[in-house]
Amino acid sequence: MNAELVRQHLIDPEICIRCNTCQETCPIDAIEHDARNYVVKFDVCDGCNECIPPCPTGAIDSWRKVTKSKPYTLAEQYAWDSLPAETEPDVGAPGDVPEEVVRITAEATAGTGGPLAPPWSAAHPYVNLYSLARPAVATVSGNYRLTAEDASSDIRHIVLDFGNSAFPVLEGQSIGVIPPGVDANGKPHHVRLYSVASPRNGERPGYNNLALTVKRVVEDHEGKAARGVCSNYLCDLRKGDQVKVVGPYGTSFLMPNHPGSSLMMICTGTGSAPMRAMTERRRRRMALKEGGELMLFFGARAPGELPYFGPLMKLPKDFIDINFAFSRVPGEPKRYVQDRIRERGEKVARMLADPNCYIYVCGLKGMEAGVNEAFADVCRAHGLDWSAVLAGLKAQARFHVETY
Amino acid sequence: MSSIDYSERIPNNVNLSSNKTLQRALEHWQPAYLKWWQEMGPEGSTSMDVYLRTAISVDPKGWAHFDYVRMPDYRWGIFLAPPEAGRKVNFGAHKGEPAWQEVPGEYRSVLRRIIVTQGDTEPASVEQQRHLGLTCPSLYDLRNIFQVNVEEGRHLWAMVYLLHAYFGRDGREEGEALLERRSGDADNPRILTAFNERTPDWLSFFMFTFITDRDGKYQLAALAESGFDPLSRTCRFMLTEEAHHLFVGESGVARIIQRTCDVMAAHKTDDPAKLRGLGVIDLPTIQKYLNFHFSVTSDLYGSEISSNAASFYTQGLKGRFEETKIGDDHVLDSAEYPVMEVVGDRIAVKHAPALNALNERLRDDWIRDVQSGVDRWNRIPEKAGIPFRFTLPHKGFHRKIGVFGEHHVSPDGRVVSEAEWTHHARDWLPTSTDRQYVHSLMGRVTEPGKFANWIAPPARGINNQPVDFEYVRFN
Repeated sequence: MNAELVRQHLIDPEICIRCNTCQETCPIDAIEHDARNYVVKFDVCDGCNECIPPCPTGAIDSWRKVTKSKPYTLAEQYAWDSLPAETEPDVGAPGDVPEEVVRITAEATAGTGGPLAPPWSAAHPYVNLYSLARPAVATVSGNYRLTAEDASSDIRHIVLDFGNSAFPVLEGQSIGVIPPGVDANGKPHHVRLYSVASPRNGERPGYNNLALTVKRVVEDHEGKAARGVCSNYLCDLRKGDQVKVVGPYGTSFLMPNHPGSSLMMICTGTGSAPMRAMTERRRRRMALKEGGELMLFFGARAPGELPYFGPLMKLPKDFIDINFAFSRVPGEPKRYVQDRIRERGEKVARMLADPNCYIYVCGLKGMEAGVNEAFADVCRAHGLDWSAVLAGLKAQARFHVETY
Repeated sequence: MSSIDYSERIPNNVNLSSNKTLQRALEHWQPAYLKWWQEMGPEGSTSMDVYLRTAISVDPKGWAHFDYVRMPDYRWGIFLAPPEAGRKVNFGAHKGEPAWQEVPGEYRSVLRRIIVTQGDTEPASVEQQRHLGLTCPSLYDLRNIFQVNVEEGRHLWAMVYLLHAYFGRDGREEGEALLERRSGDADNPRILTAFNERTPDWLSFFMFTFITDRDGKYQLAALAESGFDPLSRTCRFMLTEEAHHLFVGESGVARIIQRTCDVMAAHKTDDPAKLRGLGVIDLPTIQKYLNFHFSVTSDLYGSEISSNAASFYTQGLKGRFEETKIGDDHVLDSAEYPVMEVVGDRIAVKHAPALNALNERLRDDWIRDVQSGVDRWNRIPEKAGIPFRFTLPHKGFHRKIGVFGEHHVSPDGRVVSEAEWTHHARDWLPTSTDRQYVHSLMGRVTEPGKFANWIAPPARGINNQPVDFEYVRFN
């Protein structure tokens, strides 16, 4: 780690109407003004947020990541007509990525022969800001069950708040969680990786928080009873609990940002986390009418087992093309995501051929082979060779896989 | 003390239940108020759920509580800013005495008149704006006008509380009369002229909230300095709500300017006729609306030289803007203040006793504040590389009250003849053609995230919600 990153509280001069409410409200006189701008004293503001709700414009709710020793000065703030762009303060040097994270990443991306380059229009990710030696501490601000009460799996939506610590993430990135305590050998538990399920500007827009989608592990891959240390720790967290977090990680499984870019997302179970983040990012920008399509293939045992089923059903049809596959609905044939991909072959072929379409696969290892075969079938039906198409997709950083 | 009791019929933080007489009087007034709201409040709004801000306490964390509220179920109540221990009368002849918790007998009628005049403007603006919901340019704007309306209604409650609590039977009668006058009514109009003008379209509404609600801010700020402590505390809490109204106005006009500049840049034209053909409001028309609202509102401050204003000050009833931050004797026996006068065909400046020029001083404070908003508007064409800049007309332009009332003054501050005025008035003030054009744009847009063609979307949503949030649900 180099210099410490912090969030600096600022006021957006383009939106502020100079009503003086914030200055009036601030209990510790951290806000002042001249004839041009209202400004926040970095060394006085303690981030109590008392000024946030009374502001009629939202201008008060502005933050920038800065290195602690180099905040924006009052003179700089007074001179602004608009807020400065998000800068990129020095990032921690690579090399201290935990071994466990390197191993998990290698396994997860084995399907594409290791991580690819990110889409050309992806935002620049911060990685490895917090190490095992110096983890960030997040506070749980929510923990909700996503699956039906009678569902066989307990999948949870957990919201972590980083307070005043900078923890910038992009959709598709992961964070590491360090479960407290030691293992049977008396050693600290390994770090576990979780995909972020919220978009870059927070689970709640403008807040310094993020969401995770965590399934309580009660059996191993062979179906034998096994209690997952970290997933049970996370699923049992209560509001206000503190969690040690490292990362963020991931420089490849990132979404394109250019107008007109499309996403094809294929996932099962908690593999939906990055898809939810990307979808939510796009949903929040819907009004900008940037174009591009969203197509989702989502597999689960039954609707009640499918995380985010309710919210997904509420999304407009012209915003996202959703294709569910349920494998355990009584009285209905088993259907898997690969079946749905074949059924939608025409559109899938068109999107594979679209240079602005990016494809993301996330879920259990087992789904990879099936998805590959389905793509191969679709290609055959449309006079294409999947292996050639796949090579092209990889070369253009349009095909991203994370399986576990 | 600061939390608000919502379990009572009238939510309040003034411990209303401890004074049964007052509680009964207000509970008697409440149905009349609701009847007024049904008749004169926003038209066709009774079945809508609106994403509103409701005060649940008067501390910073509690007074901005957002949720859907069915409009007639909004909980209007009585909220005063927390008392300031040891507060004194800070100006005038009683300077240094402890602030009054009861009305001083000798100031009873004048104080009542001040409160009634302020209170009368609150329902008036609701009446002026009651049809605008039918032509809202977006759900976001519909929500904002409703927020303004319910808070104006609450400000009426604030003033009626003072009348009931401190002025006995006279006060109760005034409370009833406040519900009986009607904006623009020939027989029983509202007290102040500007509050009898029509607010026929959204450009007028935004100008009104930017300019006329800002007069409200300055009047409230002057009353917040009052030696009569309940009035001071009432106004201080009202001011926090008023800021939202100013925001709606300033950002509303800014969004109209933004949209026009976007279209000007896209079509490389500044021809008003072409721009009207493209369905946006040309900048010169916006300037004319600014001229109109600025001058009409300017009259609300009254005559430049006023003995009433002097006695309100000396009596400790109404102070100056930010009185306690001003570094002088706060008595003003010997101070002077520059005031304009018309000498022949020239405008000159003379020095008047500061005590008699308090209206003018408050007007000047207000003008400075309006000017800084106009400066912010001007950044929009500047950014787009468009040379047009908005300017405030001269103080004497289009005035009906005070030293300029008998004269014609051009926007650039020349005393002009009747003939020249008649010749140019249509370049300076909105004509019926201008108003008809603006009126012709008023349609109704209610799809979340969609905006009428003549206005740009806001930079941010309310309470950090997305711009396409469903701010109003129709049932």
